[in-house]
Amino acid sequence: MKLLRIGIFAALIGVSGAIAQARDSIVVGLQLEPPHLDPTSAAAGAIDQVLYANVFEGLTRFGPDGSVNPGLAESWTISESGTEYTFKLRTGVTFHDGTEFDAKDVKFTLDRARDETSQNAQKGLFEGIEAVEVSGPLEVKVTLQAPEGNFLFNMAWGDAVIVAPESIGDIKQKPIGTGAFRFKDWVQGDRIELERNPEYWGEPARLESAVFRFISDPTAAFAAVMAEDVNAFPAYPAPENLPQFEADPRFQVLVGSTEGETILAINNKMEPFDDIRVRRAVAHAIDRKAVIDGAMFGLGTPIGTHFAPHHPDYTDLTALSQYDPALAIQLLAEAGFEGGFTTTLKLPPPSYARRGGEIIAAQLRAVGIETEITNLEWAQWLEEVFRGKNFGLTIVSHTEPFDIGIYARPDYYFQYDSVKFQAVMTELNTEQDPAKRSEWLAAAQRVISDDYVNGYLFQLAAITVADARLRGLWQDAPTQATDLTGVYWEP
Amino acid sequence: MKGNLVIGLALTALFATAALLSFVWVPYDVAAIDVAAKMQSPSTAHLLGTDHLGRDILSMLMTGARTSIAVALVAVGIGMGLGVPLGLAAAARRGGWLDELIMRANDLVFAFPSLLIAIMITAVFGAGAVNAILAIGIFNIPVFARLARGAALPLWQREFILAARVAGKGPARISAEHILPNITNLLIVQGTIQFSLGILAEAGLSYVGLGAQPPLPSWGRMLADSQTMTAIAPHMAIFPGMAILLMVLGLNLLGDGLRDALDPRLRRRVT
Repeated sequence: MKLLRIGIFAALIGVSGAIAQARDSIVVGLQLEPPHLDPTSAAAGAIDQVLYANVFEGLTRFGPDGSVNPGLAESWTISESGTEYTFKLRTGVTFHDGTEFDAKDVKFTLDRARDETSQNAQKGLFEGIEAVEVSGPLEVKVTLQAPEGNFLFNMAWGDAVIVAPESIGDIKQKPIGTGAFRFKDWVQGDRIELERNPEYWGEPARLESAVFRFISDPTAAFAAVMAEDVNAFPAYPAPENLPQFEADPRFQVLVGSTEGETILAINNKMEPFDDIRVRRAVAHAIDRKAVIDGAMFGLGTPIGTHFAPHHPDYTDLTALSQYDPALAIQLLAEAGFEGGFTTTLKLPPPSYARRGGEIIAAQLRAVGIETEITNLEWAQWLEEVFRGKNFGLTIVSHTEPFDIGIYARPDYYFQYDSVKFQAVMTELNTEQDPAKRSEWLAAAQRVISDDYVNGYLFQLAAITVADARLRGLWQDAPTQATDLTGVYWEP
Repeated sequence: MKGNLVIGLALTALFATAALLSFVWVPYDVAAIDVAAKMQSPSTAHLLGTDHLGRDILSMLMTGARTSIAVALVAVGIGMGLGVPLGLAAAARRGGWLDELIMRANDLVFAFPSLLIAIMITAVFGAGAVNAILAIGIFNIPVFARLARGAALPLWQREFILAARVAGKGPARISAEHILPNITNLLIVQGTIQFSLGILAEAGLSYVGLGAQPPLPSWGRMLADSQTMTAIAPHMAIFPGMAILLMVLGLNLLGDGLRDALDPRLRRRVT
């Protein structure tokens, strides 16, 4: 009898212990804090990193592998001409403030994004839209000016998530979306808290709550993960620590691919970089392997053009700019720079830029190009380099998916202005036939590689360090997002 | 107390020699990056090992000593060059409006935490060795001004100054010819202490990325770079840390020893 009682007691303890361990909350560490919380009016990827898929949803959405899946649009039909998209919206969807989601919200969102006064950072996504019509309470007809092969893909971006006119006023502080998590609190400089949305239209999130903590310093990030203060750290900033995490059974390390083409951006309008021979010399002076090994501790795939290697249409053009310092010196001499020249190299905070910058500076010095390195914070970088275009060279990772189109914008910060490339992009954008599209994509990659617009370095690896018991985290990063809707603790 | 002086001199001389030597010879080129040889432990090829980009740490420390010493030296120079004349002028006009003006301006600079303002200056005018020198130098001015004034005040009551005044010398000449030589020992001692503070400040500014910019090596940045790698390559943190520690320790001991050696009052008491 006594034994039995002890047995029951022990069983009870076991049960309560198990209950205590059934965790339903998560703390996610992120390096960058969003400047505000409206993904439709800022270029900051940090906003999507917190809110995409969790709080805000678009008509379509990216899956973990980068595929485009139905989001708030249940299904759609495309007219013969390829210019009319009719979206059938999901029923029973409400925003977090209780208001109904319907076709009017979609029209509001798309019209707002393509308005002349729109603050949207990716207005190009909406440029092709001719008209948006509400054709039923839950049906929207979008008419395009010309067929656009990428339209459904474009609608999956974080910049195209659906917002409501009722809550747009406060969106920067209090984001109201339709997602599986509701925004709860934002303690600026510290954390953002989300909680499960019980009225979610789809499969509810398995986590009760989620906290995003902002830890900008790589050392502090390392300490926070080691101390288990954070359960997951996507885009982990210090690749040199990975062997330690891998050796520790408490953690799992996920290494995947991102859409981040890391480039040595060249100011194409600035002397002497307006001379293609100089840009070509820069390209040949760079030893990608040394950059990847030194800056990223071997994580990263070399690229020869501005395109993600995991994309089926990727062309390997690294041979066009292979490491050849002798050729670089010869090219510089041809361009009239026998003695080399001096330029600026402005570096944003990530280690791929800071460490990579030192390596590239040494490699450029070997062919006679002296660089003055300036380390900048992100805000300064955006001001001086991205908007001010006051730079010779800079290193940055372009993490937007499928963003080769930026080369068709002459006012973009590296100021590449090529009629040939712009023509290729126009062809590509109006082409519907997949085979032809592939050809145009190959051509586009080729043109910017042939023109040596930038020094193409490597594809950034997606590094996530997480608690070994967490499941459902994205390994790859097809867009900037920390999708927690499918994340759960191993029972 | 001779020991302090000797150890201090030895340590300071060691780093000064290393810095000077780096102008003509270092084991490896500090700008040459060899990723294949990264994070090697100390060995005969690399006495202090290599860093995360395969650069030789001994060479970087030697060249970095140059940066540290140059920044601290010029900063002390600025502080002495401006602070001492200001202090002497204040002492010469003791009680007058000029005295008040100079000393209150000093108080104003003193009122701010120096490293914080140094960070502000470099953040506003851009990071770099020159701005670091300026930022550290400005905060040396009131230190020397106060010291010079304080030491000069009692001297003005002494008979030999009175004699000089009777002989018709003006306050400027008296300050330069009679006061200054009598406070030099104090200034040298304070200069040594400020020098060590300058080394620390430079390392601190470089650590947060506001000091000397790459590829110029700097002790503070070496420490910052090593931060995330202390568990896998501890030598990357230990050696720059030791360099800063020993240099500052050496200068402090030197200052201490110099004070004992140069102060006539202390000497009398000892004998």
